[in-house]
Amino acid sequence: MGDFTARAPKALNDPTLRRNFRRAMDGLMAKRALQFQDRDAWDALRARGAAAKARVVARLPELLEQLEARLTANGIRVHWAETTAQANAIVLDILRQAGARTVIKGKSMVSEEMELNHHLEAHGIAAIESDLGEYIIQLAGEAPSHIVMPCIHKNKAEIAALFAENIEGLGYTEDVDELTAAARRALRGRFAEADAGISGVNFAVAETGTLVLVENEGNGRLSTTLPPLHIAVMGIEKLAERLDDLPALLALLPRSATGQPITTYVNMISHPRRDGERDGPKAVHVVLLDSGRSRVHADPELRDTLRCIRCGACMNHCPVYSRVGGHTYKFVYPGPIGKILTPQLEGLDCAGDQPHASTLCNACVEVCPVRIPIADILVRLRAESIDPSGSAAVKGAGSMRKSLESLTWKGWALMHSVPLLHRLGTWALSRLGNLIPAAALPPLSTWMRVRSRPVFAPKTLHELAREKGYGNE
Amino acid sequence: MPADRPRTVYFFGTCVIDLFYPGAGLAGMELLKRQGVRVVFPPEQSCCGQPARNSGYFDEARAVALRQMRAFPEDWPIVVPSGSCAGMMKTHYPDLFDGRPQHDQARAFAARVFELTDFLVNVLDVRLDDRGPPLAVTWHGSCHSMREMGVVDQPKALLRQLANVTLVENPREKECCGFGGTFSVRQPEISAAMVADKVAALEETRTARVVSGDCGCLMNITGAMARSGSPMGGQHIAEFLLERIDG
Repeated sequence: MGDFTARAPKALNDPTLRRNFRRAMDGLMAKRALQFQDRDAWDALRARGAAAKARVVARLPELLEQLEARLTANGIRVHWAETTAQANAIVLDILRQAGARTVIKGKSMVSEEMELNHHLEAHGIAAIESDLGEYIIQLAGEAPSHIVMPCIHKNKAEIAALFAENIEGLGYTEDVDELTAAARRALRGRFAEADAGISGVNFAVAETGTLVLVENEGNGRLSTTLPPLHIAVMGIEKLAERLDDLPALLALLPRSATGQPITTYVNMISHPRRDGERDGPKAVHVVLLDSGRSRVHADPELRDTLRCIRCGACMNHCPVYSRVGGHTYKFVYPGPIGKILTPQLEGLDCAGDQPHASTLCNACVEVCPVRIPIADILVRLRAESIDPSGSAAVKGAGSMRKSLESLTWKGWALMHSVPLLHRLGTWALSRLGNLIPAAALPPLSTWMRVRSRPVFAPKTLHELAREKGYGNE
Repeated sequence: MPADRPRTVYFFGTCVIDLFYPGAGLAGMELLKRQGVRVVFPPEQSCCGQPARNSGYFDEARAVALRQMRAFPEDWPIVVPSGSCAGMMKTHYPDLFDGRPQHDQARAFAARVFELTDFLVNVLDVRLDDRGPPLAVTWHGSCHSMREMGVVDQPKALLRQLANVTLVENPREKECCGFGGTFSVRQPEISAAMVADKVAALEETRTARVVSGDCGCLMNITGAMARSGSPMGGQHIAEFLLERIDG
């Protein structure tokens, strides 16, 4: 706990990493802005997207039942997992029953939550990431640093070196076309020989039992159509109520994420291969993962967290994320959405530092396509982390309470709510405050590491206002 | 927004201005007074309560908020020379008292809160006569003034009224300076990186001064400027405007 602060300097002092993130985030922000130049159109579209996801959150239990019924009717097998361990066991079981030895994977953050690749590997099943970014970090043995662009922390030269080392017959080249072609060659055979494909889900439509998957490389389509078995893993909140909700959501997601009006591929998976059809998987399974989401849903304020469509715009616009990168957060979901989601899924006792990694600048709130009140939830989680009543809303509530800190705030509140104490306190500070040695006040000496000391004015505004006759009447 | 020009307004000085920048507070009141408005500074005011609220100490924030709500009893506009404190009072007071007996009071109070430059432009429709020498400045808008109070163009409109002042906009104007209240000492390394970038962006304008409507940001930015030996300084917009019209 609390080591986000300790990890930050490593990233901050890495000029290459800083440059990589800054350049990438600047580009993403500019591209997104071009898609939403018309303020009224943006407001209207966003209102539709937010309303669609708000409806999902409001009706989640019944929509999940509806989704299960529709998927089942479509011939798609539905599995419920309360924990990531259960989800892993379910996936492994499906693969074993099918006799699968190799898996090709489309991009999925829920599979990262599950650490699915490790689990499968430990049981003798090789899972190859087929999204280019995921493939790169799999080669590097790293975790995604961004939920949409997992290898955004790496620049061309770093990827060139990685490929030269790992892909047989490829020398060092920074030619992007050559690098992409090399990855494509390396992956092509894997698609053909894979016994199963595993993917995520962007939207599961409750009305029709349709799994919607957006992607740019065609790897998602290959992973979900070429192998005889397809397993989709998703969080229980990734729903859309109706097909009619998709136009708004599909317009918002790629525009917010990468500044694209639409992704190259929009896959809508309705059922496994039917008799007489020539392609498609013979069996399709969906694993619905809870892993703490029900608990998030139980709180009327915190449940807005579950609206998230995982576009990553909040991290692209976050001044903290763009300086420390995704790995500093240490958890699967970095940036603003991670700062509110992680403590709720993992508990404030192990992720209580996350809500404090924010200036509450609201840049994320401004761009969130589904209007998640991220800043308000950050503050709510800060309150939960010190709540002495140990509120049941969030696991680990109250775990960050420190008695000296609480006492300080009590004193602060007293000074600022009793006028006489306020007058005495500010009088003393304006007369004596500049004499306090910085070393005696750790926050002050921390402040002064890179800034000059704030200087108390000889008289407060209260005193000056009284002298100038601005007082009451 | 009141259609009529109010005859009397309250002034909420903010705790940072009270202790560190009283000149900015006096200048704000003077600007209002010169528009023919009576300005009342209730001495029972202290702090908006944002530091406690943002740290998660809601009970403490409520105690302080309640004190402010009592200190401004008349139905006059409350003008605040800080977008951040104004944002706290306008958007978060109603939230803090949601489901409590004081909720209606908090909502009525919030409806009376105005950020200073917004009030000068949109309520008082001020016309400024610049008597100062030619000068180039840049503007820093605080995150909360922009994103909670919707104050983006108002201060720039005021600066552009000044005939001898050139406003040079800086790159990354909408990016946070890294202050964030307790963030600055809780995440000192990240805050330091942010303010260093902010100072560099402001220096790119090659102006001598950054003008802002929030003294929290100013304390952070000018503190980093002074420490790094930057040739730039900073000033609250109320003081700057008064200085210009007084020549």
